[in-house]
Amino acid sequence: MGGNRMKNNDCQSSLIKCQSVSKSYGDVQALCEVSFQVEEGELYGLIGPDGAGKTTLFRILTTLMLPDSGSAEVAGLDSISDYRDIRNRIGYMPGKFSLYQDLSVEENLNFFATLFGTSLHENYDLIRDIYVQIEPFKTRRAGNLSGGMKQKLALCCALIHRPSVLFLDEPTTGVDAVSRREFWGMLKNLKREGITILVSTPYMDEATLCDRIALIQSGKILSIDTPRRIIDKYAGTLYAVKAENVGRWARDIRKKKDIKSCFAFGESLHVSFAQSTGTAPDHLRDWLLAKGYNDVEVKPVAPNIEDCFIQLMEDRGWRLEVGDRRLKTGD
Amino acid sequence: MKEIVIQVDELTKEFGHFVAVDKITFEVYKSEIFGFLGANGAGKTTAMRMLCGLSVPSSGNATVAGFDVYRQTEQIKKSIGYMSQKFSLYEDLTVAENIHLFGGIYGLTNRQMKEGRDRLVERLGLHNEMKKRVGALPMGWKQKLAFSLAILHRPRVVFLDEPTGGVDPITRRQFWDLIYEATEEGITVFVTTHYMDEAEYCDRISMMVDGKIEALDSPANLKRRFSASSMDEVFFQLARGAKRN
Amino acid sequence: MRKKLKIKSAIAANRNTQFLAFVRKEFRHMFRDRKTLLILFGLPVVQILLFGFALTNEIKDSRIVICDYAKDEASRRIIERFAANNHFVVEESLKSHLQIEDAFQEGRIKLAVIFPANFLSDLHHLHQAQVQLIADASDPNTANILKGYATNILMDYQKELSMDSPLPYQIGSEMRMLYNPQLKGAVNFVPGVMSLILMLICVMMTSVSIVREKEYGTMEVLLVSPVNPLLLILSKAVPYLFLSLVNLTVIVVLSVTLLEVPVNGSLILLFLESTLFIITALSLGLLISNLVKTQQAAILFSLIGLMVPTILFTGFMFPIENMPVVLQWFANVIPSRWYYVIIKSVMIKGAGIQAVWKETVVLLLMTGFLLFISFRNFKTRLEA
Repeated sequence: MGGNRMKNNDCQSSLIKCQSVSKSYGDVQALCEVSFQVEEGELYGLIGPDGAGKTTLFRILTTLMLPDSGSAEVAGLDSISDYRDIRNRIGYMPGKFSLYQDLSVEENLNFFATLFGTSLHENYDLIRDIYVQIEPFKTRRAGNLSGGMKQKLALCCALIHRPSVLFLDEPTTGVDAVSRREFWGMLKNLKREGITILVSTPYMDEATLCDRIALIQSGKILSIDTPRRIIDKYAGTLYAVKAENVGRWARDIRKKKDIKSCFAFGESLHVSFAQSTGTAPDHLRDWLLAKGYNDVEVKPVAPNIEDCFIQLMEDRGWRLEVGDRRLKTGD
Repeated sequence: MKEIVIQVDELTKEFGHFVAVDKITFEVYKSEIFGFLGANGAGKTTAMRMLCGLSVPSSGNATVAGFDVYRQTEQIKKSIGYMSQKFSLYEDLTVAENIHLFGGIYGLTNRQMKEGRDRLVERLGLHNEMKKRVGALPMGWKQKLAFSLAILHRPRVVFLDEPTGGVDPITRRQFWDLIYEATEEGITVFVTTHYMDEAEYCDRISMMVDGKIEALDSPANLKRRFSASSMDEVFFQLARGAKRN
Repeated sequence: MRKKLKIKSAIAANRNTQFLAFVRKEFRHMFRDRKTLLILFGLPVVQILLFGFALTNEIKDSRIVICDYAKDEASRRIIERFAANNHFVVEESLKSHLQIEDAFQEGRIKLAVIFPANFLSDLHHLHQAQVQLIADASDPNTANILKGYATNILMDYQKELSMDSPLPYQIGSEMRMLYNPQLKGAVNFVPGVMSLILMLICVMMTSVSIVREKEYGTMEVLLVSPVNPLLLILSKAVPYLFLSLVNLTVIVVLSVTLLEVPVNGSLILLFLESTLFIITALSLGLLISNLVKTQQAAILFSLIGLMVPTILFTGFMFPIENMPVVLQWFANVIPSRWYYVIIKSVMIKGAGIQAVWKETVVLLLMTGFLLFISFRNFKTRLEA
C-alpha cells in the first residue's frame, strides 16, 4: 500500500531530509557532508560497518545531538528549533538495549505508553503481531529475556505511540540469522501500516530487504539508490571462481597482475579483472589448473551489495592487501 | 590420522535445572578452521568458556591441546589464544605497549617478543603506528591487531568469538586472510560468527541448537544434506526449530 | 478559547499520569534492588549504634595510677571515689612519681593522680590543697575529657568537706559543662549522623539513579520521547525524599530510645528543617548527575566530594571554631554545617524557629542556587 501511495502522489513528501550534515568529535570526523532524503512510507536502509557514523547520524535525526553544520528535518520539522515536536512523532530504538532491565515486560510497555500519553490498548493492533510473541513472558523482567525477545520488546516500546517515523539503530547486530529474518518480516508489516522506517545495519545482505539504501563508510555516503540499481551500477563483470577450499587461494590469485580484485564470498571467490577481455577468465582457469587445483569453475556472476560496497570503497582508495601501508582509512 | 587438538566427549554444563550445554561431542584437528555456529542462546559461549578453562563442566570430558579442562586449566590458558569482538585491546595504550603487555602476559622471552613484534608489524604494516594509541586506529586495524596479538605467543588453538562483527567488508576479508595464514603455521582456529558467508570459509562447521550439536560437517556436505544453496539456508532449517531464543 | 483550555487541561492531566508513572517506576527500581535498599536502611541503624556505643567520646574504664605521698584521710577518700567511678580503673598505687613516666610510656595508663605529702593538713590549715593530674596528651581529646571527669570527682569531695565547715575548702577550680554535663557523646553524634545519612542517601542515590539511565541508554529513549526532562528529574526526587524521611524517623526513634537523647524542641520543626536539608542534598545530587557520565564517577564524586567535607566540616567531629579562618570560611559553604547547627538547637537545646531562622535562610538560599544551576545545566540532548 505504501508503495502505491508513493507512485500516485506526485509531490512526494520527504519525511526525513538531511542536508550536508557534518559532525566531529575532537579530531575525529564522524560525519562529513551527509545528505539524503527518506520519502513517506519508505523502508530506508543505512548500510555500513561500525564506525561509519550511523549512530551519530541517528542521534542527530532524533534530536539527541546537534550537527556541527548542515540541517536535518524530520516530518517537515527542523531538528534544532522544533525538536520537541519531532520527539512527539518519532519512535527510536537505540543500538544498545535501552529498556529497564529490572522492570517486567508489561511494566516497561506501560511505562513507555504513559510516557507518550497513550496506552497499550490504544495502538494494540499495530504491535499485536510482535507482542503476542513476548506476551507469555510478560511478567518476566526485561533483563532476563533472551536477545531476540529483548529486541521485540524494544520494538514494541518504540511503536507504542504509533510514530510516523521509526528510527532503528542496528536492530539486528549480534542477533542470529533466524531472528534477523524474523525481524525483517516485522519491518515489512510495519511498512504496510504506513510507517516510514529508517534502519541501520552492518550486514550487507540485509540491504536487499530495503526499498532504498545509503551505503556509508567513514562518515561519507558512498552511494544512494535502490538495491537493484546499486547492483546495476557495478562497473565491469564479476566472475565467481569455485573449487574446494577456495578461500585459501585468494591471496595467490590476488598477486596476479591482471586481477583487479579478488575476495572470498561464501563458497566461491569473486574476481574482477583489470581488463575485461574475453580471455582473462580462461587464463585464470588455466593458471589454477596448472597450479594443481582440480574442478575449477570460472563463470560470470551477478554482484551483490557487498561487492558494490567493496568496489565503492576501492574507488576511494582502499586496497585489499594485508600489510599495504596505503590502507590507512577511507580517505 | 589427523592430529587431534580439541577433543570433546559428552561435555555438559548445567545451571540449576537449565542445561546450557547438553552432551556435546566433537573433535577439532590441527590446522583446521572449525566454525562453531548456533542461534543466540544455543550455548556457544558457555561451551567455549569451558574449553578455554574459564568454566568447570558439570559432566563429560574434554581436552584442549592435550590438557584436561577440569585439572589443567592453567596449561590450557598458556596454549590457547583468545579474541572477542567486545574486548581485545587496551585502547589507551599504544600499539607497542599492547604488544609488550600481551607478550609479557604469556611470558615470552625478549627474543621471542622481538621476533613476534617484528613479524606482526611487517604483516600489518604498522611501522609508523607503533607509538599511536590503539584507540586512534581505524576500526579494521584494531581487529587485525587484536587477532595478531592473540596468536603472538604461537598458541596451539586460537578461539575467536565473533571476531568480525560490524567490520567493513574489505577488512573482514583481510581478517580471514590472517586466519588462513595462521592455520598454515599450524595454529588451529575455533571461531563463532553470525555471518553465514564466513561459515563457508571454515573447514568444518558444527551447528548448535538448544545446547546440542545438531549437525557437524564440511560446508559442502551440509549444503548437500539439507539440499540448501547456502549456509544461510542450512542454518535457517536447523535453528528454526529452536525453543530457546 | 475553550478548546485551548481543554487541550491545556488534557496536557496537564497527561503530565500528572506521566509523573505518577515515573514515580511508580522509581519505587520499583528502589524496591527491586534489595541489596542497596538493605544498605540504605541498615546504614543509619549501624551508624547510630556505632557512634552511640562503640565510637563514643565518652570514656569508660580508663586505667589510671595513683601516687599518694599523703596517705591520709583526704587522699584515701578521694582515691575511693576514683575507684568507684566507672570512668576509671585504678591500675595500681605507686610508691614514687618516678614510676609514672614508665607507666605512660608503656601505654598502660591514661591518667596519673599525685597527692603531695601533707595533703590533708594543707587542706585543714590553709583551706587549700593541690592535687596534680597528669594526662597522656598525645591524645588531647581523651586527656581533656579525663581531666573533666577527675575534676568532677575532686569537686564532689570538696563540696562534701565544705558542708561541715564554715570556711570552704578548695581543691582545683570549678568546671561546668553546658548541655552535656556528663560529656555524653551521643548528643553530638545524633545530629551529625542525621546530616551524614541524609547527605549520603540523597546525593549519592539521586545522582546514581540519574546517571544509571545515561549509562544503560534509557536516557536516550526518554529524551527522544515528548516527556519533559524536568518531570523525570522531579520523579527521581520523590522516592529518595520518602526514603530519607523514613530514615530520619528511624534515627530519631533509635536515639530517643537507645541513646536516651531527647527531642527537646518541636518534632514538626525538626522534620520541616530536615525536609529542607533533604531537598538541598537532592539538588546537589542532581548537579552531580549533570557533571558525570558513569555510576562509578557519581559514587566517587558523592563520597569524596561530599561525604568527606561533611564529616570534616560539619562540626560534630572537629569543632569548627578551632579551625583556621580559611577553613572556617570553607565550612560555611557545606550545607550540613548549617543543618547540624539547626538540629542541635532544635533537638538538644529545644530551640524554636526564632533561634535558627538565620541558618534556615542560608539553607534555603543554597538550595535555590543549586536548583537554579542544575536546571540550567540540564541537557535536553546527549552531550557530544
